[in-house]
Amino acid sequence: MLLEMKDICKDYPQGKEVVKILKNVDLTVEEGDYLAIMGPSGSGKTTLMNIIGCLDVPTSGSYSLNGEDISRASENHLADVRNSTLGFVFQSFYLLPKLSARDNVALPLLYAGVKKRERSRRAVAALEMVGLGDRVDFMPNQLSGGQQQRVAIARAMINEPKILLADEPTGALDSTSGHQVMDLFDQLNAAGTTIVLITHEPAVGQRAKRVRRILDGRLLAEGEGGVGDAW
Amino acid sequence: MFENISLAFQGIWGHKMRSFLTMLGIIIGIAAIITIVSTIKGTNDQIKESLIGSGTNAVTVQLYQDTYPYTISQWNPAPEGVLPVAEETRQELEELDSVVAVSCYNTRRVDSYESDVCYQNKGFSGEIYGVDESYFSVAGYRLSHGRNFLEEDFASFRKVAILDAGAVDSLFVNKDPVGEILEIKGEPFTVVGVVDKKAQSGYAIESYRDYVMYAQNSSGGKVFIPGTAWPIAYNFDEPQAVILKAASTDDMTTIGQKAEDILTKAQITASTGNFSYKSDDLMGQAAQLQEFSNATNNQLLWIAGISLLVGGIGVMNIMLVTVTERTREIGLKKAIGARKRRILWQFLTEAAALTSIGGILGVGAGLGLSRFIASAMGTPTAVSYPAIAVAVLFSMFIGVIFGMIPAVKAANLNPIDALRRE
Repeated sequence: MLLEMKDICKDYPQGKEVVKILKNVDLTVEEGDYLAIMGPSGSGKTTLMNIIGCLDVPTSGSYSLNGEDISRASENHLADVRNSTLGFVFQSFYLLPKLSARDNVALPLLYAGVKKRERSRRAVAALEMVGLGDRVDFMPNQLSGGQQQRVAIARAMINEPKILLADEPTGALDSTSGHQVMDLFDQLNAAGTTIVLITHEPAVGQRAKRVRRILDGRLLAEGEGGVGDAW
Repeated sequence: MFENISLAFQGIWGHKMRSFLTMLGIIIGIAAIITIVSTIKGTNDQIKESLIGSGTNAVTVQLYQDTYPYTISQWNPAPEGVLPVAEETRQELEELDSVVAVSCYNTRRVDSYESDVCYQNKGFSGEIYGVDESYFSVAGYRLSHGRNFLEEDFASFRKVAILDAGAVDSLFVNKDPVGEILEIKGEPFTVVGVVDKKAQSGYAIESYRDYVMYAQNSSGGKVFIPGTAWPIAYNFDEPQAVILKAASTDDMTTIGQKAEDILTKAQITASTGNFSYKSDDLMGQAAQLQEFSNATNNQLLWIAGISLLVGGIGVMNIMLVTVTERTREIGLKKAIGARKRRILWQFLTEAAALTSIGGILGVGAGLGLSRFIASAMGTPTAVSYPAIAVAVLFSMFIGVIFGMIPAVKAANLNPIDALRRE
C-alpha cells in the first residue's frame, strides 16, 4: 500500500467555533493507481490534498505514506518527504518568474543536494520528456499556459516521486492545452507513476482509473454519487 | 550557499532603484565613519611623524634636573659629579637589544651677548654640539654642502665646524659659509660643511622640547664641532647626552628606559642636585596628543553609528516588504521540499548582501570624501585598512541583524497560506 489514511479528521478554528473540514476520511492508494478526487468547492478536497501532500497535518487519524507513518512527523521531515516522495502540480503553475524553465525544473534537486551539473542535465531530460526540449532556456513569461504547466509537471517529476499530486491541473488552461496535459498524465501513469488529482471537471475525472467523491468533508464510497453529475 | 548568494544578487539587481535607496542609509553611515576614521588616523600619523621624525627612530637621553632637561649654558654650569660617557658604558648601550647605533655628544646653549660663538664680531644664539663620528647619521642629518668631519679631524683635534641651516641663516647673509672662520671661545674654527635634517617635508622634530621651540619658532640653529675638539673651547669632563637609533619606532620607549637606567647609574656619582638621565618618551607624548584628538572624534563616530542604525531599520523595512511580495515563491519552495533553514538563509543572505554592497559603496564614498576634505580644508587624512575591513564586515553584520526578523517571518510562513494568497 503506497498511501493509507485512516479516520483522518481536520478541524480549523474559526473565531470561537471549530469547523470540521474533514470528517473521518479513509483512503488507500495502490502503487500505479490513478485516482481523481472530485468535489464542489468548500467540500474539503483541497484540505485533503494538502494533507496527502504533507503540506498540512491532520487533527486526528493516521496517515502512512510509502510505508511510513507521517501523521506526527516533524516539519523538516515533511519537507524531505515532499521533496523526495511527492511531486506537485498546481492550478496556476507557480513557476518562479525570474528563473528559466531549466532552473525552475531543477529547483527540487537543489533541495535534494544534487550537484549543479547533474541538476542541469536531469532538468533538460525532464523537459524533453514533457515535449519542451527546445524551450529549456525560455523564461516562464515566454511560454504559453499549457507549456508552463508542462514545465511544472517536469519539475514535479524530476525527483522521480512515488506520487504525483495535481490540484486542478487544467483549471487555468484552454481545452486544447488541458487535453495535452491530461494526455501527459496518462503517459506518466502508463509508465508507472501513481497519480492523485483533484478536480471539479467531470471530463478530467473520467480519465482517471478511479474516482472518489468528497462532500461536506466526507469521502464517499467508490461509485457513490455518479460521475456525470453537475455540482 | 553559492546559490543563495547568486539568488540574493538577482533579487537586489531586480530592484535596482529600491535596493540603492535602501542601501543609502548604510552608505551614508559607513561613509561618515570612514571619513572620520581617516581624519583621526591622518591627525595621529601627523602627530607621530612630526614628533618622532619618521624613519629616524632616534631616542635622545639627556641630563635632567628633577623633571626638567638640564641645559648647560653660562648660567647653568656643568654640574659636579656627572661624568662624560665612558667607553664601557657606550659599549653597554650598543649591546642593548634593538639598538642599531649610539652616539655621545656634548651640548651647550649659547647666547649672542656672551660671544661664545662669533663670526666677524657677530654673536650667535643657539646650540653648540661636540659630536662623535656617528652623530649625524644617528640623529638623521644629511650633508647638504661642503664636507663631513673626517677621521683626521677627530684624531688630530682639528678646529673645524659644521653648521645647520638655522646657524647659516643667523650668521651668514648671502654668503657661502664653507671656508669661513668662526670664533668659538676665542679659538678659530673653520666651517667645512652644512647639514640639514633628513626630513621629508618641513621641519623634523626630534624631541618634545624641539616641538615647543618649533612652535615658538625660536630655534637659532646649531653649530657642530668634533667631540675631540670640545675641550679646546670648553671642558673635557662635561656631562654628555646620548642619542640612540632604534631598530623600529616601537622599540624606542623601551630602549630609552634602559638607557636611562644605565646612564644614571654609570654617570652620576654625586647624590646632590637631583640629577638623572631621562629619555624623551616621544611615543608616550605622541600617544597623549593622539588621545586628545581621538577623544573629540570618538563622539563623531557615535553619531555616525546612529545613521547606521537608521540604515539598518530601513533594510529591515524593505526586507519585510520583499518577504510579503514573495510569499508565493516561499510557499512554492517549501512545497517542493525546501527546509525552513534554507528559506531563512536565503533572506538573511539577501539582507547581508544588500548591506555589504552598501558598506563597500560607503567605504568608497568615505575615501573620496576624506580626500576631498583633505584638499579643501588642509586637514591630514590617511587610509586605515583595518577600519575599511571592519566597516565592510560590520555592514554585513547589520544585514544579518536587521534581516533576522524578516527572514524568520519568511521561514515560518505556512506553505498552504503562502500558496493560497494570490
